[in-house]
Formats: sequence, C-alpha cells, structure tokens
Amino acid sequence: MTAAPDHRPTFARLSLTERLDASLPLLLVPILVVLGFFAIGAPSSWLTLTVSGLAMGMMIFIMASGLTLVFGLMDVINFGHGAFISVGAFVGVSVLIALGDWTGAASLVLNMSAIFLAVVAAMAVTGALGWGFERVIVKPVYGAHLKQILVTVGGLIVIEQLIHVVWGPDEIFINRPEMLKGAVTFAGAALERYRLLAVAVGLVLFLAMRIVLRRTKIGLIVRAGVENGPMVEALGYRLRVVFVGVFIAGSALAGLGGVMWGLYQEVITANMGERMMVLVFIVAIIGGLGSVEGAFIGALLVGLLQNYVAFLEPKLALVSNIALMTAILMWRPQGMLPVVKAK
Amino acid sequence: MIVKLLSGDKPRSRVLTALLLVILICLAGAPFIFDGVRPLDTAARICIFILLVASYDLLLGYSGIVSFAHTMFFGLGAYGVALASIHMGRGFDALLVGSVAGALAAVILALLIGLFSLRVRAIFFAMITLAVASAVAVLVSQFSGLTGGEDGLTYKIPRVLTSANRLGEIMGTKISGKILNYYLIFFVSLILFLLLLRIVNSPFGRVLQAIRENDFRAEAIGYRVVWYRTMATCLSAATAALAGSLFAIWLRYVGPDTTLSFEIMLDILLMVVIGGMGTIYGAVIGATLFILAQTYLQNLMGTAAEATSGLPLIPELLDADRWLMWLGILFILSVYFFPTGIVGRLREQHRA
Repeated sequence: MTAAPDHRPTFARLSLTERLDASLPLLLVPILVVLGFFAIGAPSSWLTLTVSGLAMGMMIFIMASGLTLVFGLMDVINFGHGAFISVGAFVGVSVLIALGDWTGAASLVLNMSAIFLAVVAAMAVTGALGWGFERVIVKPVYGAHLKQILVTVGGLIVIEQLIHVVWGPDEIFINRPEMLKGAVTFAGAALERYRLLAVAVGLVLFLAMRIVLRRTKIGLIVRAGVENGPMVEALGYRLRVVFVGVFIAGSALAGLGGVMWGLYQEVITANMGERMMVLVFIVAIIGGLGSVEGAFIGALLVGLLQNYVAFLEPKLALVSNIALMTAILMWRPQGMLPVVKAK
Repeated sequence: MIVKLLSGDKPRSRVLTALLLVILICLAGAPFIFDGVRPLDTAARICIFILLVASYDLLLGYSGIVSFAHTMFFGLGAYGVALASIHMGRGFDALLVGSVAGALAAVILALLIGLFSLRVRAIFFAMITLAVASAVAVLVSQFSGLTGGEDGLTYKIPRVLTSANRLGEIMGTKISGKILNYYLIFFVSLILFLLLLRIVNSPFGRVLQAIRENDFRAEAIGYRVVWYRTMATCLSAATAALAGSLFAIWLRYVGPDTTLSFEIMLDILLMVVIGGMGTIYGAVIGATLFILAQTYLQNLMGTAAEATSGLPLIPELLDADRWLMWLGILFILSVYFFPTGIVGRLREQHRA
C-alpha cells in the first residue's frame, strides 16, 4: 500500500481586484464625497451639503437598522415599521411641546435634557408598541411573506389612523430648541447645529450597535441567528426571545429616528413614516437585507447623493435614489454586503 | 353560453351568485334605477375599481406577487388620456391613442421592474415597486409643465359623451351624453373583466397558481417562473392602465391625488383582500363594498359619533374620517381568519 501523497495546500495571494471587490462598498462613501467635491466646485457649499447629507443618512440609518435586523433574524418583513416612525415623532414632539420652558430657554443643558426626555419617551412608547405589534400582528404569520406584507400594511393603516384619533387630523409644527437653531460657520461654510447633532447621534449609535453585535454574547447570538437560526436553537438558545428583543429595539430606534426627523423637518404628519419607508427600504435593499453595516453605508450614500443632486439638479433628487438602487442592484443583485445565509 | 362567457369559472355559491347578479343588474341599470348625479358617479367608480382590483388580483391572488405600483400603472393610463386629449384636441382618436399609449408605457415599465426584481427575490418586488411608484408620483408633481403638477389637468372629452349632448327621454330618465359615457365605461369594464376571467382560467393562469403554491416545484416541472411572473405583471399593468384611462374619461380630470397616491394603493389592497384573493369575483364584491362604504359609511359613522358624543374617546373613534381605521382592522382580521375573503367564505358554506 502506498502512502498517501503529501498534502500541500497552496495559498494563492488574493489579486488586487479581488481585494478591491470585497472592500469596494466601504470605499463608495468616500468616492461619492470626492466626486461631489468636483461636481459642486465651491468648497463651502460642498461642506454644507456633505454635512446635511451625512445628517440625513444617519437619521435614515437609525430608522433602517431595526428593519434590516428584524428581516435578517426572522425573515420578517415589516411594512408597519413606518408607523413607529410616526408614533415616535408624535410622542417626542408632544413631550417637547409640554417642556416648552426648557426648549425655549437659551441653555444648552436644559435644551438637551428636554430632547433627551422626548427621545426616551418616544423610544419607550414605540418599543412597547413594537412589542404589542409583534405579539398581535406579526407572530401569527411567521414564515409567510405574502401575509406578512399584507398584515403589516394593515397595521400601518390602523396605527396611522389611531394617531389621527389621539392627536387630531392636522400636522403639528415644532420649533427646534433654542440652542440648536441657527448654524455655526466653519471654513466659510454654514453648518446647521442640529445637523451636526444628528451626525453625532447617528455615529455613536452605529458604533454602539457594532460593539454590541461584535463584542457581546447577545450580539454573537443575534449574528449567529441571522446566519443559521435552527443551529442556534439546537444549541439551546431561545431565538424567539432574542427576536422579540430585536424587534422591540428596532421599533424603539424607529421612534428615535422619528423624533429626530420631525425636528429636522420642523413639522410632523401622521403619514411621515409611510413616506420615510421608501427611503428606508431603498437603504435596506442596497445594503443587503439583514446587514447593519450595509444599511449604514447605504444610508450615507442615499443621504449624500440626494443632497448633492438636489443642489445640482433639484428636480432629480428623489429619482437619484432609484437610480442609485438600480445601479447597485445591477452590480450586486443581493445588495452591497449581503448576509451569508447557511441553508 | 353564460358558462362559456365566465370561462367555466362559475361563482359556486348560491349567495354569491345572487350577490353578483344584484350588483350586475344595479350597475347595468344604474342610470334608470337611481336618481341623481351622485349614484351614477358611484356606479362608474365601482365599475372602474372592479376592473382595477381584478387586475390586481391577477397579480396578488393568482401569482402571489405583492406590488405597490398598481396605482402607478393606473395613473399612466389616466395621464395618457389626459395628455392626448390636451395635445390632440377633443375627439375619440385622442382617447384611443391616449389609452393605448398609457397601456404600452405601463407594460414597458412593468417589464423593466419585473425583469429587475422578480429574478432575485419575490420580496424585493414589493419594496422596489413601492420605491418606483413613489418616485413616479414625485416626478409627476415636479414636472408641472407637462403634467399640471399637484393641480392636475382638466381637459375636454368628445361632446357626444358630455351632458351637453341631449338625446331625449326613456322611461322618465333624461338620456344625455353622460349616460352614454357611463355605458362606455360599463361595457369596457365588463369585457375586460371577462377577459381577465378567461386569463386566470387558461393554462397560463393555472401555471401562475402553481407558481404561487410552490415556485420551486413549478420551475422543476419546467416552467420558467421568471417569465410567467413577468408576464402576469405586464398583463396586470396593462389592464390597470386601461382602467385608469376609463377613470380619466369619466372624471375629465387627472391629478396625483386621484390616480397616483399611496392611499389608493392601500384601498386596492383592502378591496382585494376583503373581497377574496385568488377569486376574480372577489374584486366585484370587494370594490362594491368598499366604494359604497367610502361613500355612505362616512355618513353613518358621523351619525353614530353624534349619538355617542357624551362618552369619552368613542366619538373620536367613530368620527366620519376614521372609517379607514375600521376597514384596516377588518383587513387584518380577514388576512388571519378568512384569507380567501368574502367569496372564499361563501364558497365554503356552499360546500358544507
């Protein structure tokens, strides 16, 4: 009997194109920013637009992250997500209006604590609402996409109508807190204070989410659940409980996004969430359904592109998102950073 | 003869047959049975929405595809007629050219969206159609030079079809062009409805149902799933566009709110599901019920709200503007408890 031949695995070096291909999605945002710089020409307006694009992107990311995780974990597509955005905005704005003395005062501490309280209230209400929504609306239709879409759209209609019942049929106008009005000037560019705050909040949230997902045990379970649910359950973890937790967190984030978006627009309507869903879906699709990092990159791309295009050719602003989605889907049909699913 | 007209797909329930007959007779004789302008307008809306909802049922009920772009196709047909009537002058040729152009545009757009998103994952389709439809709605309101923007367009239709054209009296009812217009809509809707019934009961329709039940197996048997799904999307888009053309001919006005808004999309969804998915007859029941509710339930709820005005919260819940909430609850309940809708329910009773 002859001995087995020596096994000599060879590790071919990855070629430049292969390495570039893997990291290209991460490079898209800087590339877009540089392209924007040349297309716009004037550095000061470019800086203003970049900051507002980033602010918008961060807010969309806050709203989209919950949706994409929920889909990744349990294959549940929630069209009712937009309702949480609206509810969050209405609760938050009601708190801000009730705290009129704090928001009107020219004190950063009081302003920020008013916003903080508004955000906490909004997240608590939308989180609780998400819990109820999961129980009543989503739970009976696990595994059936068609029914999920229909039922969650029904939930969206009912919640929107309930907003009308509670807060009345009219839109509510809201002023930003005193210290967040106006802009700071930096290198000749006017940067709105509120947008800087939005960028900061979004960035902190993304980093926190990444740490939770990458460094903690619960994050490990969530990521493993996205990749191969049955295996995680076989190891003894109750994925359903984890999923309900993620659903609640995602709904609360939608509420946070709603408050921030409401303050950004300075007006809130019951169907604002429904309108935001278009952008949220575009972001989730181009990022790759289930991928938080993908949603982050996608949200920044959408925000930046929309602001650049709105400056260069105002009429094409919303269509630019569709063009972006088309281009990315032609390049990667599963989205930029698709989630690997073990079957 | 009648069975042949229905393509062999009989209502299969006595109650359903009776309901359908009542609706057919009421719609066919609407100008003579009911008095006044409002009932005639309601009847025309019902005809158009039956056709629109039936075309959506081809997609949702028979192929298992959720689309949020159906109002976009509806709007394309409507704007086709409007633009043709404005630029070609009033005349039947303008109506025809507008309808055909609208339907063609709808088919091309449906083909593009379908080829793009149906091959990856069916669930993409729902989201992508939502995005594309909202982009089209924005484009229409942005390019106000062509489309009239938010204000929409008003235009003239052939004089023969307007109430200025008086034709005398039959059985105490003044026959005007308006009534001719109504019958144009009624018969076109009826013919297209029967055509849809024919399509879903053809071998093509059976393949769609097979794909809905199990696309993997259908592919394994040798049917090209993507092709069938795309064809269903195109057919449904073309029919929706024609329904839009009829709507434009009836209203003599098109605007984003009446033809393109997401609210109408939600209405269509509610009509299909409450009426019964996967049964073209569900469209008849759903659309009739919904539009009657839209027109008359509001009055009823207003009265109820007044009657309970002393109680807390209940008047707000019963406010006339909240009728959509109750239909939303009905919608959720029907998805859970009778996914085949009213029609499916009636058929089960018949079998039992």
